[in-house]
Amino acid sequence: MAKPLEEVLSHPVHTATAPRKRFWLLDYLSTVDHKKIGLMYALIGVFYLIVGGIEALLMRVQLFSPNNHFVSYPLFNQLFTMHGTNMIFFAAMPLIFGLMNLVVPLQIGARDVAFPFMNAVSLWFTFVGALLVNISWFFGDAPSAGWFAYAPIGLNQFNPGHGMDFFIVGLQIAGFGSLMGAINFIATILNMRAPGMTLLRMPLFTWTSLVASGLILFAFPPLTVGLFLYMFDRLFGGHFFDAAMGGNPVLWSHLFWIFGHPEVYIVALPAFGVISEVVATFSRKRIFGYTSMVFATVLIGFIGFMVWVHHMFTVGFGAMADSIFAIATMLIGIPTGIKVFNWLFTMWGGQIRFKTPMMFALGFLPTFVLGGITGVMLSAAPADYQYHGSYFVVAHFHYVLIGGVVFGFFAGLYYWFPKVTGRLMHEGLGHLNFWFMFIGFHLTFFPMHFAGLYGMPRRVPTYNAGVGLEIWNQLSTIGAFVMAVSIVLFAMNVAYAFIRGEKAGNDPWDARTLEWTLPSPVPEYNFAQTPLVRGLDPLWMAKEEGKTTVTPAEPPGPIHMPSNSYLPMVMAVGLFIAGLAAIYHRLFFIVLGLEVIALAMFYHSLNDDEGYHVLPEERALAKGEGA
Amino acid sequence: MEAQPRLVNAADRMELGLETSTLEGRNKVLGFWVFLGGECALFASLFATYLTLRGQTLNGPTAKELFHLPLVGVATLFLLTSSLTGVLGINAMHQGRRRSLLRWLGVTVLLGLAFLAVQVVEFITYVGEGFGFSTSAFSSAFYALVGFHGGHVAFGVIWISILMLQLKKSGITARKAPKVFIASLYWHFVDVVWVFIFTVVYLMGIMGI
Repeated sequence: MAKPLEEVLSHPVHTATAPRKRFWLLDYLSTVDHKKIGLMYALIGVFYLIVGGIEALLMRVQLFSPNNHFVSYPLFNQLFTMHGTNMIFFAAMPLIFGLMNLVVPLQIGARDVAFPFMNAVSLWFTFVGALLVNISWFFGDAPSAGWFAYAPIGLNQFNPGHGMDFFIVGLQIAGFGSLMGAINFIATILNMRAPGMTLLRMPLFTWTSLVASGLILFAFPPLTVGLFLYMFDRLFGGHFFDAAMGGNPVLWSHLFWIFGHPEVYIVALPAFGVISEVVATFSRKRIFGYTSMVFATVLIGFIGFMVWVHHMFTVGFGAMADSIFAIATMLIGIPTGIKVFNWLFTMWGGQIRFKTPMMFALGFLPTFVLGGITGVMLSAAPADYQYHGSYFVVAHFHYVLIGGVVFGFFAGLYYWFPKVTGRLMHEGLGHLNFWFMFIGFHLTFFPMHFAGLYGMPRRVPTYNAGVGLEIWNQLSTIGAFVMAVSIVLFAMNVAYAFIRGEKAGNDPWDARTLEWTLPSPVPEYNFAQTPLVRGLDPLWMAKEEGKTTVTPAEPPGPIHMPSNSYLPMVMAVGLFIAGLAAIYHRLFFIVLGLEVIALAMFYHSLNDDEGYHVLPEERALAKGEGA
Repeated sequence: MEAQPRLVNAADRMELGLETSTLEGRNKVLGFWVFLGGECALFASLFATYLTLRGQTLNGPTAKELFHLPLVGVATLFLLTSSLTGVLGINAMHQGRRRSLLRWLGVTVLLGLAFLAVQVVEFITYVGEGFGFSTSAFSSAFYALVGFHGGHVAFGVIWISILMLQLKKSGITARKAPKVFIASLYWHFVDVVWVFIFTVVYLMGIMGI
């Protein structure tokens, strides 16, 4: 090493005081604070949950009666494509990144994520990616080849409009955002834990976030490549998936599902993590089988990469390939089963409190298990030939993705809402919200099993009268509207909390982990003093010793904070311009957009903004606390 | 610099040099290794695509007819040598010799540019022989894989050049060192990918394996 460390570090690089306060909107547009970024992610997620939900309602109205003409058939194709795309990429993904941003740094006792600037870039890429896909409605036609965009349906000859181009470019941009987010969280969780927080003392939500980030890291690049090839095929005369020119449409299916199946676990694992936190807190018990939970999570992530062909059983790879992937698929049931039993045993003998987050966790359990059971049924390759492409599959994956993921997220939203906003939501409204969602969900999707077994194919805009499908479809449609009411109730509850909600205090749920040692809402630097962790559930350990908070690991001192920056937003705008220009073959604007990004990166790289320090006196002034 | 000793974290034991002397630096180095993991998946997908489609030559030229090994050999020589000069640069950084670091990085960039120049000549030759991007599935897959790699090299050249500008301004600091270090990691990764491309695309193509 050249210079002694002290000499390097004494370089006068830090401004001593915090910058002046910004107008709140400008503050959010330029923020690099993980809590504000998490909030914006969650807002994006909820917004597209509503958009995707409206698309679903339109489809359900169309399917209410046989030979209906509520929407045109091409429009129906666009609706199911945009419903799937929005729900997976722009509702579920932003919601998991939202919760991860809001919670993970707090749970591990960190002051921010490893790369705050890149975190903001991830957010803005997700934002413009979602925007680009969804504005296709206003540019003529929305994508209509399904969220999986099978070739050749999505290629030029069958899909000549620009809808698919919006889909490809938008997903590509959002995908970059997800990839950066995953790298950020892996680095954060591995490098920035508080003293004493070993890997096997990490809360389970942090663990599932870590594994989900690992899945994103390896699952999104195949999608990136697939989308690039798709873009070359559609926009620049490539022949990757065009069988007439020697291309291979099944190659796209492989690339897509190598991403697509892990994607299910990417959104499901953090939801499992939420359930683990909620069940332990509201049973007032340490989570049962913590270590087995960790290993089950890792195993699910690992096996999750070896099952993608079960989406493609009917392609015809032969008995050997189908068997291998069928068995791998069944194997996933084992670690998942371990998790379910651990949640049940955590509740066993606990002091259960039926607060709203716990209600969602309790609704999650039987619903998700039903989805798991149909999953095992589908994994049997010979039987899958019968189920494939029917409403049975639709029922299955909605049980997993709503029963597993959405219930998990709502448990998480209700659980951490007081931490984020400082206000409690209304319990009665919360319970009402839960029951509407639970009953509406089962009313919508349980009949779909029967519709599927009676022969109703997926993705068809209508069906004939008198073949026994009316009753199931009508029940589904009614259920869908009941679910819509539950979302309205949720919105009302949020509004209630902001207008009349009780002050939450540090620890409204009598919880166990580090985030509940902090004031609600959390100050920008999170921890005034980094906590010392001596085991799993550090706050609970402190409570058992009769203390109210966790012992700090350091004396009070200046806290380093990163500076706000508009560059992430500028970069995203540049990418948006370049993406839109690529769709319409405007070379000048492609170059312009890419130049904006390049200049922003160049400026960020050359202009070393070292951030600022929050000093102990300022904190005391802000909080009115003694030094 | 505000980092307290945190002995539970693996990164704390990565005290290799200036680049990991701060928490920020350790984050950068770890995050970049993680990123390279994702890049492996990216190139694996591209290799899979190439291997799937390389037989689909239609009426266009086949790999055997097309590839000029001497030209590719020269390109390989440039790129492999540039990895060596990159290592020498990092060595110089660890010894605190800024001018030597700048010189080695400069040589690395020049070798990268030479590689790119050869690749451009190669591509122009192929297009002249009737092997464009749209000729066949094989040609699309070839240009996608090799072009993606070339794009990585070009990005690396620009990145290292910008770092050289910064190093000229500020010298070797605890803030610059991780940036230089991860750029060198990137450069080696791109180099390793080329070894696989040379083997799978060119050697196997010419041998007809």
